[in-house]
Amino acid sequence: MNLLTTTILLPLLGTLALALAPRGNTRLIKIIALISSLVTLVSSLLMLTKYKFGVTGFQLASSHSWFKVFNINYAVGIDGLALVLILLTTVLVPIVVVGGWNEAEGGRWSVKTFYMLILALEMFLVAVFAATDLFLFYVIFEVMLIPVYFLIGGYGRGDRAAAALKFLLYSLFGGLLMLAAVIGLFVISLRQGHGSFDVTTLSHLKISHNTQDWLFLGFFIAFAIKAPLFPFHTWLPAAARSATPGTSILVLGVLDKVGTYGMIRFCLTLFPEATKTFAPYIIVLSLLSIIYGAFLAIGQKDLNSLIAFTSISHFGFIVLGIFALTSQGITGASLYMVNHGFSTAALFLVGGWMVQRRKSTQVEDFGGLQRITPVMAWCFFIAGLSALALPGLSSFVSEFLVLIGTFTRYPAAAVIGTLGIILAALYVLILVQRSLHGPLQEGNEETPDLNWREKVAIAPVILALVLLGFYPKPAIHLIDPATSQIMLAAGASDPTPLAGR
Amino acid sequence: MVYLIALPLLSAALLLVLGRIADKWGHLLATFISATTFAIGVAEFFSMHGQSGGNRAVTQKVFEWIAVGNLKVDASLLLDQLSICFVLLITGVGTLIHIYSIAYMEHDKDRRRFFAYLNLFIAAMLLLVLGDSYLNLYVGWEGVGLASYLLIGFWNQNPAYAVAAKKAFIANRVGDVGLSIAIMISFAQFGTVSFVGVKAGAAHASPVALSAIGAMLLLAAAGKSAQFPLQSWLGDAMAGPTPVSALIHAATMVTAGVYLITRSNFIFDASSTARILVVTVGVITLLFGAIVGTAKDDIKKALAASTMSQIGYMILATGLGPVGYAFAIMHLLTHGFFKAGMFLGAGSVMHGMEDEVNMRKYGGLARLMPITAVTFGLGYLAILGVPPFAGFYSKDKIIETAFNQGGGKGILLGGAALIGAGITAFYMTRVVVLTFSGARRWKDGAHPHESSILMWAPMVVLAIGSVASGFLLSFGSSLVNWLQPVVNASNAVGGKELMKPLVVSLLALVVVILGAGYAITKYRTVPDVAPEKVSLFTKAARKDLYQDDLNDALLVKPGKALTLGLVATDNYVIDGAVRLVGWVLSEISDVLRKIQNGYVRTYALIMLAGIFIGALIIWVVTA
Repeated sequence: MNLLTTTILLPLLGTLALALAPRGNTRLIKIIALISSLVTLVSSLLMLTKYKFGVTGFQLASSHSWFKVFNINYAVGIDGLALVLILLTTVLVPIVVVGGWNEAEGGRWSVKTFYMLILALEMFLVAVFAATDLFLFYVIFEVMLIPVYFLIGGYGRGDRAAAALKFLLYSLFGGLLMLAAVIGLFVISLRQGHGSFDVTTLSHLKISHNTQDWLFLGFFIAFAIKAPLFPFHTWLPAAARSATPGTSILVLGVLDKVGTYGMIRFCLTLFPEATKTFAPYIIVLSLLSIIYGAFLAIGQKDLNSLIAFTSISHFGFIVLGIFALTSQGITGASLYMVNHGFSTAALFLVGGWMVQRRKSTQVEDFGGLQRITPVMAWCFFIAGLSALALPGLSSFVSEFLVLIGTFTRYPAAAVIGTLGIILAALYVLILVQRSLHGPLQEGNEETPDLNWREKVAIAPVILALVLLGFYPKPAIHLIDPATSQIMLAAGASDPTPLAGR
Repeated sequence: MVYLIALPLLSAALLLVLGRIADKWGHLLATFISATTFAIGVAEFFSMHGQSGGNRAVTQKVFEWIAVGNLKVDASLLLDQLSICFVLLITGVGTLIHIYSIAYMEHDKDRRRFFAYLNLFIAAMLLLVLGDSYLNLYVGWEGVGLASYLLIGFWNQNPAYAVAAKKAFIANRVGDVGLSIAIMISFAQFGTVSFVGVKAGAAHASPVALSAIGAMLLLAAAGKSAQFPLQSWLGDAMAGPTPVSALIHAATMVTAGVYLITRSNFIFDASSTARILVVTVGVITLLFGAIVGTAKDDIKKALAASTMSQIGYMILATGLGPVGYAFAIMHLLTHGFFKAGMFLGAGSVMHGMEDEVNMRKYGGLARLMPITAVTFGLGYLAILGVPPFAGFYSKDKIIETAFNQGGGKGILLGGAALIGAGITAFYMTRVVVLTFSGARRWKDGAHPHESSILMWAPMVVLAIGSVASGFLLSFGSSLVNWLQPVVNASNAVGGKELMKPLVVSLLALVVVILGAGYAITKYRTVPDVAPEKVSLFTKAARKDLYQDDLNDALLVKPGKALTLGLVATDNYVIDGAVRLVGWVLSEISDVLRKIQNGYVRTYALIMLAGIFIGALIIWVVTA
């Protein structure tokens, strides 16, 4: 079987194995989930070895007819952009399983259900990045909501049912708009020959400006909700407040990237004219997200919603890079998706352990942790430094690429965007100061430092942050050909240097 | 060359990862590594010295870092006449301070962590001065910011110290944004961010672009070097252990702004607007720091104000055209010796006085701490610019060059620099008088004593530097000639000599004597509590000329209000609208109540079914 399809189906195999496992043996269930996610990781790494660097177009592709009448296919294939996002997914899932070993206990349903949902979500995430058939993409885009809905609504804290419902309604609304646009595209392709959902075929359609604008908006709003951009963001902090750390990592770290991935894959390549029409407005929106998200993060008292708002600010950077339509901007944004995934994972993992120990999510309840739990404090600090994009950590490379790529086309926007750099230092260092520095808060005296399991979970994340910071070349080599392909399809080229022109 | 950075970086990582296991020997390893980098630096210097002027600069590509589109940045190092000066200063003074800290931090149970941070700083600072592009420099630039943050907050269990560390990082970040914007403009203009590339491109760039780059670089320099208007963090940074204040907040990191401007000489030479901004910032800060220094009772804060002021002199010099760069670097190097020496002296005094920093509680310490007093005294003579001590050569040159700008500008700049020298003499004399002479004012609990050899030996070495470095660097114009290939000083347009060096030196000596004399008469008797009834001027100086109140009113308070406002907006307006829509929908759906049983499973099943039914319908209709 095609290696890509295998990678998609392996988590499903894990889900089935879990279904057969006895409900009471939670240890066995966790081990099955871990093994399944590790096998999937190995499979995705095999894909990396098979992948031809520097070659454009989809690789490891396979296609099977699904609904013949509409020419709907199970068609999958990956370019560098899809591959790095799939790798991000398959790396993060085992980390989520190990890091949140006990997070499913005390949920509305069993531990078994939790891990079945996690593995089902992994399958959908891998598949959504691999889909090269627009209809397949859409179906997964919608089906993906189901496991997430249950993960938030069934396992977590506080008003989890309401948070899950909010997530669902937002997403369904976006999906509806996208469905209309997908059908519209199909109708156009029918008129211009034969109907197709193949993304490459669709990108060659001739679509009038006016129609492009409408279809573009259908896609863009769906993706802007998923990403999420200001003002479509309020589901995210609610979800982060209620979800377990593992769920938050998969939602903010990976699922949200489907939005920004979709902008690159569909908005840019299918609607190049509309992209240019809307780019300036979207740039404004992304700047608003950067600054608004950062100010809101500064103002949060709850640790999880603080992390959520930092993400909204970071999604602003990603979207800024995408719609700058320069190679540095798009490659930077793609790299940003990966780096933000790791950086958010680190924050939620360590934040989750802190919350678990303190039994509180309020930042003010922590304090002075650096003295008694130095390892945990350091891990949290490094995660924070990654969030503020310190050079040497991976997020710096992507943030810098986004800003410099934006500057060559929209200098004012890039300069405004740098405000986000200062505000990031504020929200991170205020958080670090309140939780790690100062005198020890009452009730924290007995806090244990990280155990070996937690260290095993966080180590690869921190390693990834450092390695990709010093040596981002492999990731850039994967992404760059995809970027050139997308730039070509979008009809964009880099501005040339001004001096001496 | 790469080992200069790799060794201390790895050592820092090792000490942090190993944790308590390394407690016994961590400080020794860190000191050894620092000494090794100094040895490498000396070896590099001699191999460079053996070459002729044009062949001295070497670049070394370490690996390809970022390559996207036409942006290509390698992790690559450049060792030339300018960077070797800094390498020797950083590793030399750095090693002395490592040695000093072994004793100074002996009783701190986190000494290993302290030394890990020191090594981290050495690595980042060396990267800052060795990077061959603005982006490589930027990595070191923020890296030293991190090290500085960690070291200022070394005792961050004290909330005030934690706040000081944060403040330093934020103020620096504002400056860093300047640097990143300068990098962006450079790339948009020249398609490259390497020093060589930008230098080549600068010839074809528009004046507006060059001025913008210059202004942004100056903003960066102001952040790192505590220059107006980003100066407010330096005084608070004295929360860090005193060896840190000596190394980072006096001798090396805070001078990075001077390095940045000197390194970017091709930008500033081409933009007179940028030069005017530079000298303005320099002059304001040199007076600002000097005035603040007159009223501080905390010995470290007095020295910090002095550092700010002295860097103001250096920044002023870098704005005076090609001749200025070499004098800026000369003052930077001599200042590195005498200010680091005085800080270590202050640390020695604190060490003997149970960490008391209030000079009003000192008095008459010269007899009890003779080595500290003498080494401090030599540094004092050097900063005053008394011949033949180091500052005489470097500071007088800056004053002279300022006067030589000619016209009103020359008189303004030179006059300000001259007045600054007088105020410097006043506040430094005040420090020496309050600390070392007069009657004892400490309580009976304190037992001032001379520090151990590990502490005084580095002070002695720095004191020798305070005496001799000025002469050595200016003898036969050695430093000016050495730096000539980097800064093109020979193409100097401002070479006309309006004021004879002798006249300037005499003038300077007169104001210094006036300032010092006034301090001696004023502080014949010193109350051990700061008097309340003082002039408005003193009140303002004590409050750092209201810098924090200004920042509070202009930035902090509006920022906090904005944050609160936005949080409320998000809750009530944006999410409120969403909730309203939700409410309306739920009212409508009351009609459909029958299929709503409150189970999320049902909703999801309905959703799933809907998708498949939809697909089915389409299939059936078209089949």
